[in-house]
Amino acid sequence: MNTPIFSSVSSQFSISYWWSLARVRIPALYQRYPFAVLGAFILLVMIFIALFAPFLGTVDPQAVTPLNRLKQPSSEFWFGTDALGRDVYSRVMYGARVSLIVGISVALLSTLIGLAIGLITGFVRAVDAVVMRIMDGLMSIPSILLAIALMALTKASIQNVIIAITLAEIPRVVRLVRSLVLTLREQPYVEAATASGTPLMKTLIRHILPNTMAPLLVQATYICASAMITEAILSFIGAGTPPNIPSWGNIMAESRSLFQLAGYLILFPAIFLSITVLAVNYLGDGLRDALDPRLSRRM
Amino acid sequence: MSEHSQYSGQVVLEVNDLRTYFYTRDGVVRSVDGISFSVRQGETLAIVGESGCGKSVTSLSILRLIASPPGKIVSGSIKFHEKDLLHLSDDEMRNIRGDKISMIFQEPMTSLNPVLTVGQQIGEVLELHRGCSKEEARSRALEMLKLVNIPEPENRIDSYPHQLSGGMRQRIMIAMALACDPEILIADEPTTALDVTIQAQILNLIRGLRDRTRAAIILITHDLGVVAEMAQRVVVMYAGRKVEEADVFDLFERPLHPYTLGLLNSMPRLDDDSQKRLTEIPGMVPSLRTEIIGCAFAPRCPSASARCQTDSPILQDIGNHHWVACWHPNEISRINNG
Amino acid sequence: MMTTEIKKLNTLLEVKDLCKHYPIRKGLLSRVSGYVYAVDGISFTINEGETLGLVGESGCGKSTVGRTILKLIEPTRGEIIWRGERIDELSRSQMRPYRKQIQAVFQDPYSSLNPRMRSADIVSEPLRNYESLSKIEGRERVAALFERVGLRPDQMLRFPHEFSGGQRQRLGIARALSVQPKLIMLDEPVSALDVSVQAQVINLLEELQHEFKVSYLFVAHDLAVVKHISHRVAVMYLGRIVELAPTKELFARPSHPYTEALLSAVPVPDPKYQRKQIVLGGDVPSPINRPAGCHFHTRCPYVQERCKVEEPRLEEITPGHSVACHFKLNK
Repeated sequence: MNTPIFSSVSSQFSISYWWSLARVRIPALYQRYPFAVLGAFILLVMIFIALFAPFLGTVDPQAVTPLNRLKQPSSEFWFGTDALGRDVYSRVMYGARVSLIVGISVALLSTLIGLAIGLITGFVRAVDAVVMRIMDGLMSIPSILLAIALMALTKASIQNVIIAITLAEIPRVVRLVRSLVLTLREQPYVEAATASGTPLMKTLIRHILPNTMAPLLVQATYICASAMITEAILSFIGAGTPPNIPSWGNIMAESRSLFQLAGYLILFPAIFLSITVLAVNYLGDGLRDALDPRLSRRM
Repeated sequence: MSEHSQYSGQVVLEVNDLRTYFYTRDGVVRSVDGISFSVRQGETLAIVGESGCGKSVTSLSILRLIASPPGKIVSGSIKFHEKDLLHLSDDEMRNIRGDKISMIFQEPMTSLNPVLTVGQQIGEVLELHRGCSKEEARSRALEMLKLVNIPEPENRIDSYPHQLSGGMRQRIMIAMALACDPEILIADEPTTALDVTIQAQILNLIRGLRDRTRAAIILITHDLGVVAEMAQRVVVMYAGRKVEEADVFDLFERPLHPYTLGLLNSMPRLDDDSQKRLTEIPGMVPSLRTEIIGCAFAPRCPSASARCQTDSPILQDIGNHHWVACWHPNEISRINNG
Repeated sequence: MMTTEIKKLNTLLEVKDLCKHYPIRKGLLSRVSGYVYAVDGISFTINEGETLGLVGESGCGKSTVGRTILKLIEPTRGEIIWRGERIDELSRSQMRPYRKQIQAVFQDPYSSLNPRMRSADIVSEPLRNYESLSKIEGRERVAALFERVGLRPDQMLRFPHEFSGGQRQRLGIARALSVQPKLIMLDEPVSALDVSVQAQVINLLEELQHEFKVSYLFVAHDLAVVKHISHRVAVMYLGRIVELAPTKELFARPSHPYTEALLSAVPVPDPKYQRKQIVLGGDVPSPINRPAGCHFHTRCPYVQERCKVEEPRLEEITPGHSVACHFKLNK
């Protein structure tokens, strides 16, 4: 049996490593990285909002009540109402779902797919040349334009938004993983593994993969933030989430022309979006500093 | 060896109870914890110890090059011709660095500016401190290149650091350091990063220059062989403190501190054909984060007693300019031991 | 040691004319514009239970030789014969059974251990590659290894960053020992350690050699350490062996001018020590553009016309002592 002697799963994914590190660092965590902790807290609040939106004093976000059109924020309508009389507060609360689902899904998918591609290109030279040219081509198009173009090919739905943004973000992950693999391949401990008789595949999984986790995690948080903004932009120009499902982006989109009359329609979703993206960025920065101070550039 | 008797010269530098601490997130690191020594004109003093003993921090403290935060020279005095360097302003200190007291570092590649030619870098020192014009600086730089035996100096003066080998770069550093004819030259592990044959060249060069400049040399190293070849007096450091100080012949013949003796016995030597098992010093250097009570070397010392755990030993004068900080200094010489 | 005695011992490793040339690619089409002659025709043998020291300064190719023997680097030319079988042309998977017998300890105790693996898993990796062990057996074997190298078994669960430099090097040694190899290649194993810790590791290596009858290829630049631990020593310069002799013989009667200069350059910790001081001029030439004839002729204090033209071969002058020089010293 060729699994590690102590707890195979946790060793393979270095969970125990992180835990031993965390156990030492958590007491001083807030002191060292106050913004990261703040970011994590805000993110948790948003996740809470997204999960429990129905119980936070909201009404049906799609309920149209023409009688209550364009009401200012008041004790009855906390964030006011829009042109169709829908409660902005409820729409913003439910909007959190879309942003978070898109952000987290894109982060997960692009990271996993990018990891797989990056690992292969890092190791197999023939594949490397071809794949990297494709990635370079994709990266030469600004990711937003790429997402718009992809959305133009299909109908609007959250799934398609996720797919479009994921495809646009994959090249950056591939670049990152590939350069990590190229560096890690040269590490003395990888050489030592070869000298120990470890076969190539096992070396990849046992030695290279766990050491890509930290930079990937950091990159994933940045992708999450970027995806949330991209979704908002797509929705803003009408190429994103279908208009009946509230997302912070399309709430702002619908009220574009009314902003002088009813600025609150744009203000509240904008605040929530900004705070969430900022929180995720702070979290990413904090993770980056905590995990590896040498990592400082976003690809 | 130098002509003048080493104890006849004037004292140019006097370090007294220097303490340099680093305030980090994980605690206070007491890198230098009360060291005192003096340097006379024209002599070569070696400060020797292993990594972490505080020798480099001591030399950086003399020139006040300690990054602050997190470092801080907490107490003590460093008297250069009666002036305490620790009380000088930044401007006054800058005037001294490179001019009266200069320094050469371990890694010549990173200590030289990669985008300036070597002539420009040597010239810079002269323009700053001597107010030379560019032409004067250049001709003096050429002189310095000849002094340090750079072949074809007229061509080399316009070379960039990356075009030169490690040994040549170190010579450039020496040229820069000696350009203004300093009174003290601090050499921090000057040959550690060099190959053995190149090291021999550089040490030979420094020995040759010794008689042509008036500079006193403070040589920081971990290599006892280099100490034996270069130094006239030696200070041995351990865990931020001085444990022994002696004339170089005396130190090697009669090492009194158990640490010094341990170091000498644990080194494999070219001049020893006996193939005996090396004597180990058990354990590791103590962490400098916790305050050390008693003698820092006690946990690893074969001669340690109860007193060593509680009382920090004070420097005792054994006579013949030999000091040791130990409650049980060795009485037997190494020759009898080995 | 007599020649006949040498031949009676089992020869473990025989290297013949080993070469490693790195092509330099320049230009858009990556055309080869030259080669780095890192290793250029190395031959030596290692017998059972002995230590061969390989010394030289930076750029001489000694590290490359060590890695090439283990096939961590593919040789350009030459033969590597392990116990009678040629291994120089084997693929990675074909090499696997041999790696059980030839292990390595690397220079940097900080980067030769995977920072995210527990020390027990690091030490047992070679073992797990070749044997099927239950968890209990595995733990016992690792605990025994830890004790043998002077570490406490209760530290098995720790990560590399929780150990000191000397302790990490012990982990590296334990890892190499785990499969009971016949030969261990040690690449500068004590260079990164403090003097007081070096002695501990050197003593450990010597004990292990006595106990397990393992051979060492000890690659280092520190002559005093090599002298202490080696039975025979090979001196390298610019990719070639210039002198090869039993340790005592090499250090007492060096026959190659480079060996002589190298020995005189090492500082000795005794201020009264007197010896002939030979300070070589110039710098080590580049392994790309090597001097013609004898590579050392540009710095040799005894250089003659013949040296600039004709490359000297490694010849045996007394049993076991070979030199590559036209005008050997101390004849």
